[in-house]
Amino acid sequence: MAKAIEQLEQVTIRFAGDSGDGMQLTGDRFTSETAVLGNDLSTLPDFPAEIRAPAGSLPGVSGFQLHFADHDILTPGDAPNVLVAMNPAALKTNLRDLPKGGTLIVDTDQFKERNLQKAGYEANPLEDGSLEDYHVHPVALTSMTVEGLKGIAGITPREAERSKNFFALGLMSWLYNRPTDGTLGFIEQKFGKRPEIAQANATAFKAGYAYGETSEDFAVSYQIAPAPMAPGTYRQISGNTALAYGLIAASKLSGLDLFLGAYPITPASSILEELARHKAFGVRTFQAEDEIAAVGAALGAAFGGSLGVSTSAGPGVVLKQETIGLGIMLELPLLILDIQRAGPSTGMPTKPEQADLLMVLFGRNGESPVPVIAASTPSQCFHAAIEAARIALKYRTPVYLLSDAYLANGSEPWLVPDVATLPDISISFATDPEGFEPYARDPETLARPWAIPGTPGLEHRIGGLEKADVTGSISYDPDNHDLMTRLRAAKVAAIANDIPLLEVDDPGLVDRNGATTLVLGWGSTYGPIGAAVKRVRRAGVSVAQAHLHYLNPFPRNLGDVLHGYEKILIPEMNLGQLLKLVRAEFLVDAVGYNRVRGLPFKASELAEAITALVES
Amino acid sequence: MSENGNGLVQLTKKDFTSDQEVRWCPGCGDYAILNAVQSFMPELGLKRENIVFVSGIGCAARFPYYMETYGMHSIHGRAPAIATGLSVSRPDLSVWVVTGDGDALSIGGNHLIHALRRNVNLKILLFNNRIYGLTKGQYSPTSELGKVTKSTPMGSLDHPFNPLSLAIGAEASFVARAIDTDKKELTEVLRAAAHHKGSAFVEIYQNCNIYNDNAFDFVREQKENRLYLRHGEPIVWGEKGVRLRPDGSPEVVGASEDGLLVHDAHAAEPAHAFALSRMTQQVIGATPMGVFRSVARPVYDELMAEQIDVAKAKGAGELAALLGSGDTWSIS
Repeated sequence: MAKAIEQLEQVTIRFAGDSGDGMQLTGDRFTSETAVLGNDLSTLPDFPAEIRAPAGSLPGVSGFQLHFADHDILTPGDAPNVLVAMNPAALKTNLRDLPKGGTLIVDTDQFKERNLQKAGYEANPLEDGSLEDYHVHPVALTSMTVEGLKGIAGITPREAERSKNFFALGLMSWLYNRPTDGTLGFIEQKFGKRPEIAQANATAFKAGYAYGETSEDFAVSYQIAPAPMAPGTYRQISGNTALAYGLIAASKLSGLDLFLGAYPITPASSILEELARHKAFGVRTFQAEDEIAAVGAALGAAFGGSLGVSTSAGPGVVLKQETIGLGIMLELPLLILDIQRAGPSTGMPTKPEQADLLMVLFGRNGESPVPVIAASTPSQCFHAAIEAARIALKYRTPVYLLSDAYLANGSEPWLVPDVATLPDISISFATDPEGFEPYARDPETLARPWAIPGTPGLEHRIGGLEKADVTGSISYDPDNHDLMTRLRAAKVAAIANDIPLLEVDDPGLVDRNGATTLVLGWGSTYGPIGAAVKRVRRAGVSVAQAHLHYLNPFPRNLGDVLHGYEKILIPEMNLGQLLKLVRAEFLVDAVGYNRVRGLPFKASELAEAITALVES
Repeated sequence: MSENGNGLVQLTKKDFTSDQEVRWCPGCGDYAILNAVQSFMPELGLKRENIVFVSGIGCAARFPYYMETYGMHSIHGRAPAIATGLSVSRPDLSVWVVTGDGDALSIGGNHLIHALRRNVNLKILLFNNRIYGLTKGQYSPTSELGKVTKSTPMGSLDHPFNPLSLAIGAEASFVARAIDTDKKELTEVLRAAAHHKGSAFVEIYQNCNIYNDNAFDFVREQKENRLYLRHGEPIVWGEKGVRLRPDGSPEVVGASEDGLLVHDAHAAEPAHAFALSRMTQQVIGATPMGVFRSVARPVYDELMAEQIDVAKAKGAGELAALLGSGDTWSIS
């Protein structure tokens, strides 16, 4: 008899296991199945920097959280409804996040003395009654997987055991009525070179699915209807893939070859890896000897007329600042992507933070202004990359684009844009020797001519020494240095006239009986802030929200917006960096909500903070 | 500039001289090198707009300002990295790096060795004066051990680099040495470097008459100590020659003796060139000059261009197809 199916509006699942257990792959596949089904979704991979910490240990636990729903959602979920724990260590580190009454699926085979000891359990939690507040499904995942693969020739017992993540995926796919074709196709493609492994994984996946169907332990399965979304073609996309695609798009839209200089660093490396696959677009990827060479080569390519880009994270960006300073002096286009992670120093390489803002704004010698843009969601990274390129090319300046580890690895559905709707960001090189001066300026943009080597009659020399206005010759003249310093600043400041005004989401604006409190954010806090604001409003509290994508220059209406509210809350995953800028620039008494836990904000904690400020 | 009758433009030294006032100290060896380079450039037959000089920081790094070509005076030590990005993205250009002993071997050591091992199509001219000049006289990574300078009043403690040994160890495909004032041989070396495909590394002994005067007198002034390397010919100078002992160390013998070492600039293995680089004034009483090593090796720029050609041959990238790749679903 077919089992009952219950309808749910939303679910948050967390897969947790050893870093060698394939939890990221399992999460990715479940996400793909969910995306294809048409749910809205948001993901949060959470893994240690160690590739393989000792098996079964607490530091070795890797997790993947996925929130999916039949409606528009903004975050990967504050807390899971369902926790899949592949071993005792995974249970120990994740159980505190599972609310009472939550569903727990555990691999009972791993709850043996040695693993319990490694996780610091004195007694087996499956037997001592400590889990009685949860719906526990004990599943002999490992032994059923190994048993199910016995007939397959050519795989070792160890390899058979490693297929257990596909058993778990199969079980979860049944439990939430996910389509399975995509995963089976994926297995064939990914493991095709070792057909016996492909067969093992597919068999384990089907066995897990069948186990759900037949086991009496699972009485019901669940359905989550597709979310209403605008018509079009969708795919899921992570922030780093979106950045890579955005850079390729910017190359096409500008008509310039893309040159990426990069040095491997978490969590930015996947941009280099993605771009390296797309040489058919004329993309040159250069894995340099260090961070300095990476950005240096990008600047050299920019001098030659390429769209020069360098990608990194905080510990690498700090090394690039010298070259950014040169780029500011040379007034050449250059893109630097900082995928922020928790610092200082090596910090927590796989965890997000927003604490590089003041570094990219001010961490160079001399007066050295650069435009700074911040992406807000994984898919928005695509447009942010094109916009950063547009500004760099048009104004002949280095531009920083900030993302972070949460956006980099998190994913969401993306309405694939129609290429014809993307902006034209083409520029023209200088070609006319008549009256050519390297540092003459366009009266509108204050940009200097981009005269690339190979252009007859425009031979000229540029460098890091101060330039005489117009001619670009070396100059130590006091008044000239003052003038050039102000010109460089004015050029960047004037970009404010070429970016959109800050939009404010204030439901009360219509009847002029609006909110008195504004929540202002930037970067990846967009999702959690939006979810928190929704929640607060449902409780009847009036609050306005605005989100900055431009950190330098600010949108030109920012001051007016801020002065329109009595109270301003600025949540940031740092100790108050935008807060400092806003207070200094606009003399408003904004307050911060600041946590640096290496995790995105929870909507619930922000909702509390907002409510507390409104009611204060 | 004049027409040579073939429709080709014949440039002269003057065409490569920029309008900038040269600001090195009077008597600096850099003048001689600038003169040699400007004089030799026309014979390359390249258009000025296709030549780029990139430098780092230091006295030598002012060089690009004085060349009527494209140029960039960049940051300390980074010129090889910047030039790499330019060269691989613009294979149509002739890219030259001008650097000094501090710039190339101290702050920029990492970039130098990686440019050489990749065999990027760069011509790297290292002006070695064995001192920091622009910062007014501190010891450099090529200063001799025990050098007394402003920063080492009791003598330096650092064992110096041998720039050629370093370059050969870094897999350089072309390595040469010349003297600033030896215009004829310097031009020979520059010519060979210019025609080499890949990285060409040229050490130029350059006298700093302010902070380290006479550093190279043993070979700059005492011309009898110059040992000019000629491919395929025995290694001799004056009445003397070099023979190798079984352990590979050099033995100075009469120029007419049997078994003299014969120079092979194209030897596949770098051992020969390395042995020559160790034959210093102190070791053999002469200093080898000329091309130590010149071998053909795949050029990084060409390899990268090839990969792009191969990828494009399978179909040029199509943006709409890329964005819509992977698992997709439609909502109508």
